[in-house]
Amino acid sequence: MATALQFPANVSTLNNYNDLYPDWTQREVSTGTTIMAVEFDGGVVIGADSRTTTGAYIANRVTDKLTPIHDRIFCCRSGSAADTQAIADAVTYQLGFHSIELDEAPLIQTAASLFRDMCYRYREELMAGIIVAGWDKRRGGQVYTVPVGGMMTRQPVSVGGSGSSYIYGYVDSNYKTGMTKEECLKFTAEALTLAMERDGSSGGVVRLAVISEQGVERQVILGNQLPKFSTV
Amino acid sequence: MALSCVLEPALSGFNFENSTRNIVLENGSEEGKIKAPKPMKTGTTIAGVVYKDGVVLGADTRATSDEVVADKMCAKIHYIAPNIYCCGAGTAADTEKTTEILSSNLTIFSMNSGRNPRVVMAVNILQDMLFRYRGMIGAHLILGGVDCTGSHLYTVGPYGSMDKVPYLAMGSGNLPAMGILEDRFKANMDLEEAKSLVSDAIHAGIMSDLGSGNNIDLCVITKEGVDYIRPHKESPFNYKRQAKYKYKPGTTPVLTKTVTQVELELLDETVQMMETAGSS
Repeated sequence: MATALQFPANVSTLNNYNDLYPDWTQREVSTGTTIMAVEFDGGVVIGADSRTTTGAYIANRVTDKLTPIHDRIFCCRSGSAADTQAIADAVTYQLGFHSIELDEAPLIQTAASLFRDMCYRYREELMAGIIVAGWDKRRGGQVYTVPVGGMMTRQPVSVGGSGSSYIYGYVDSNYKTGMTKEECLKFTAEALTLAMERDGSSGGVVRLAVISEQGVERQVILGNQLPKFSTV
Repeated sequence: MALSCVLEPALSGFNFENSTRNIVLENGSEEGKIKAPKPMKTGTTIAGVVYKDGVVLGADTRATSDEVVADKMCAKIHYIAPNIYCCGAGTAADTEKTTEILSSNLTIFSMNSGRNPRVVMAVNILQDMLFRYRGMIGAHLILGGVDCTGSHLYTVGPYGSMDKVPYLAMGSGNLPAMGILEDRFKANMDLEEAKSLVSDAIHAGIMSDLGSGNNIDLCVITKEGVDYIRPHKESPFNYKRQAKYKYKPGTTPVLTKTVTQVELELLDETVQMMETAGSS
């Protein structure tokens, strides 16, 4: 599962200003992030941190990286902020059009395929790692991951972004099949907190969302309310 | 998707026409490398705050060209629509032209549809354009306005990324300005509090950043209208010229004078009658 580490995007040398101007005015805005999605019976739980960085400066400390694509389909964005916002806008349009043509709610697999098509076709120009998750009538809650490069695969639990490297062990050892919605929420919140503790490019608040047949419920866990782990 | 009533049609796909040319120029040929020209930055502090009745935008007024101040009274708060203004940081020409294009497109939209433009429309058009140019347009913009859906403050980066936030600072002086904003921002402030907060934030940027300076401009946008205060605060260091620099005629002595006649030969003469209102 390839994840996007934080490294400079393909910036043209025409934008190389001299040393009088600080680093963060020259760098592209990156979401350098931690995102996560978990399936449960009846829906999915998705979560993300809220930090957007430009080099070493935090451009936005309350970013919302959980972007609605359709009524019951969300995507979690990591990588270049501009690229992922543009891709999400394009896919939202395409999926909305498709849904109107079909006269029914689109499938999560369709949304994930649209992301994959765009990310693979323009793989040289884009830096985007996206997790697509939602609920549909045919297959219930589903999580599809579309990492940098444009692969697409369905997974019961998926993590992404620069902070994900620090929580693979935690996720692999703590994930159990058949978790309830509350267990999934707690699992996601704890995993994100651990990643935010260790990854400099992740931080801020934890944004969570539960997508099910009933709709979407969103919550925010502020910094002082995050779960506490022992500090050695 | 292209808006049918907007002047500039959206091109499909990504446009990388010039990237090969740029790489070839940078890497050079046998004759030598061609260095890319350095664009002029405004080295700026701009800030915006959403308050109870609308949005307050602020900017300094210094435009720099490397170490020299090119313009002491530069206007960085650009008009987009009667209810939307935009502060621009980054390359001066890029912010100027981008905001002009945006303003034209929104005016055409207004005339075609009979509606006032919404801030989110302006943001979407900017995002589309800046993303298409892949960061080549060095425009870091703060857009603020009040429309039928409320008061909004957005930032758009040169690569096409967008953030919607209640308070914001951009430009080379944004670190000190952000410090002031983070310390004193409260939701639903009243007008005087908001104006003094933005003014202090710009002032912090001016004091702590070499690229920002001179006066502070403010722009207050509410449902009722716009109050463009230019300048809100003048720099106490305005330099007045100490003496006159005009030279009286006769200051330079004339040493010699030579007159040469130029021989001209009249070759051809034609007379063309002009159609004027009197003659018809």
